[in-house]
Amino acid sequence: MQPFTRVTAVAAPIDLPNVDTDRVIPARFLRKGQGSPGYDRYLFHDVRFNADGSEKPDFVLNQPAYRDAKILVTAENFGCGSSREAAVWALDANGFRSVIAPVLGDIFHQNCFKNGLLPILLPADTCARLRRQLHERPGATLTVDLESQTVTGPDGATHAFAIDPFRKRSLLEGLDEIGLTQTYEGDIAAFEPKHAAAFPWLAP
Amino acid sequence: MATPQTMFEKIWSRHVVTEGPGSQALLYIDRHLLHEGSAPAFVRLGKRGVRVRRPDLSFATADHYVLTLPGTPAPDDEVREMVESLANNTRAQNVRFFGVGDPRRGIVHVIGPEQGLTLPGMLLVCGDSHTATHGAFGALAFGIGSTEVEHVLATQTLWQRKPKVMRITVDGALGPGVTAKDVILAIIATIGAGGGVGHAIEYAGSAFRAMSMDGRMTVCNMSIEAGARCGMVAPDETTYAFVEGKPFAPKGELWAKALAYWKTLPSDEGAAFDREVALDAMDIAPTVTWGTSPQDALPITARVPDPAHEPDRGRRESMERALAYMGLTAGMPLSDVTVDRVFIGSCTNSRLDDLRAAAHVVKGRRATIPAWVVPGSGLVKQAAEREGLDRIFRDAGFDWREAGCSMCVGMNTETAGEGERVASTSNRNFEGRQGKGARTHLMSPAMAAAAAVTGRLTDVRTLRS
Repeated sequence: MQPFTRVTAVAAPIDLPNVDTDRVIPARFLRKGQGSPGYDRYLFHDVRFNADGSEKPDFVLNQPAYRDAKILVTAENFGCGSSREAAVWALDANGFRSVIAPVLGDIFHQNCFKNGLLPILLPADTCARLRRQLHERPGATLTVDLESQTVTGPDGATHAFAIDPFRKRSLLEGLDEIGLTQTYEGDIAAFEPKHAAAFPWLAP
Repeated sequence: MATPQTMFEKIWSRHVVTEGPGSQALLYIDRHLLHEGSAPAFVRLGKRGVRVRRPDLSFATADHYVLTLPGTPAPDDEVREMVESLANNTRAQNVRFFGVGDPRRGIVHVIGPEQGLTLPGMLLVCGDSHTATHGAFGALAFGIGSTEVEHVLATQTLWQRKPKVMRITVDGALGPGVTAKDVILAIIATIGAGGGVGHAIEYAGSAFRAMSMDGRMTVCNMSIEAGARCGMVAPDETTYAFVEGKPFAPKGELWAKALAYWKTLPSDEGAAFDREVALDAMDIAPTVTWGTSPQDALPITARVPDPAHEPDRGRRESMERALAYMGLTAGMPLSDVTVDRVFIGSCTNSRLDDLRAAAHVVKGRRATIPAWVVPGSGLVKQAAEREGLDRIFRDAGFDWREAGCSMCVGMNTETAGEGERVASTSNRNFEGRQGKGARTHLMSPAMAAAAAVTGRLTDVRTLRS
């Protein structure tokens, strides 16, 4: 997994609440393997492109100032709905490294951690202020620093965020979680027979 | 005296292999359900050279992509390859697979309970957000991503942060024409699409106690539409009666042991919840959605809301966008909205109780628009046919189809057309969910049947003779 340390990049604002993962990547693209040719175009496909493949000029990522965005600042509950990890893969295919929101869909939130994309929760008014600044100064950059757990806005103000120490370490080092868990094999092997003995009806 | 515990806490604590690092717990997984979408996780596992750690605890079926048109399971080569990939991987790894041609095949959240794979007190996961369905049995069940699927296949465990627990109590008797679907839509409208984020929900109160298992599954299924990864109902006699005798359920002495344990699962008197919400069953009417989020739900007797009355700018714009997408005008009565087609099915509402409720409305009437009934499993289909429900639907002009996710998820070619308005018993009215540009109104099976008969959103209570 790609490690995450510190990223300074253009950020794009998404003002609509409850942007679901069906909107992030429509279901008809889920049969395409991660990283297959043209995968980047599946991101926000139906709100980003017309039927003929041309861009919808109103969509934020099609506006010149935001084309190189690597950070999203969204409204509440971004990534709600379907568990499709392809929502994160499509963001990743477009170079996105971080999503900042007041609330994120739970499964999307977890899926971000598995793919080197840093999900950040900040208070709703902070997110609203950042989005306003990004609208007022299109193309402005944010800095996300995982080590110090801070987001620095276009106005220079710094906002601290919380992150689970386990997730932080995994992202900083780009750890493979399955490899990490395999180092707990002793614990799992000790738990398993005790669990099976306590609840013998669980064996199908 | 020991501190009173919630049902969630009891089940969670018995599955903790180890705590930390950080605030994560390594949880042991009792049951792992898989579908075609899980196939890439098998492929990645193969590349690691790792075998499935507990194939005996893993079960697979094909539901998301398989066509429900009788006799044509795959629409194209890509889908055929996906189903074959799952079949090959499960065979190679000794994972039981309910594939095409097996009457036990069906929607993963229908067949788990049907086969007795879902049991009270267990921890069950699946790479699908509607896994909360299984919480209806007093199980801890939640949806996971593809990397997590691979993690469970490899280690039979998952790292999870303990969620908070919210209790939603609905007391009282449901009125005529009001069903489990109306209850969960009303709950989502109350707490919002993000209201349950970071929480496990326990549904409590006499309204849920009075529900069948099919009804409880409908409620738990849509927990994710309120943002909660899991929702659960305490097991009781209704639960035990459903589970007893199912193929993979414990038998004989083990059944007695299991039953004694399951009776200790309900939350203790005085257990503390992080958040409490209460609704009165009497206040819940037959409910439909008008917008593009499941929280956009109102009684069928209401009118399309006016964004001008919404003070929050983001929400106002969201409402305006939803009305434009849905082709609705603020202030129009919901019962004036005409519908182009009807879909009765999905992991929310494709079980026998659902089909009975729809058939009850349809009997002696005719569908005036195209209408599909997609049973949740081959066995649900057989049971419905034994009762003659298929005959009622066919005589009324409905399409009686094979089991699958079908038009709920729009992954294969079974989608609604651009601008088509669907009265649907599924779980998501998102933009494009049932097909690019398709407009979805969520409702109960009885309400969808009523819409099929009249061709518009209809208060099922006005149809009753």
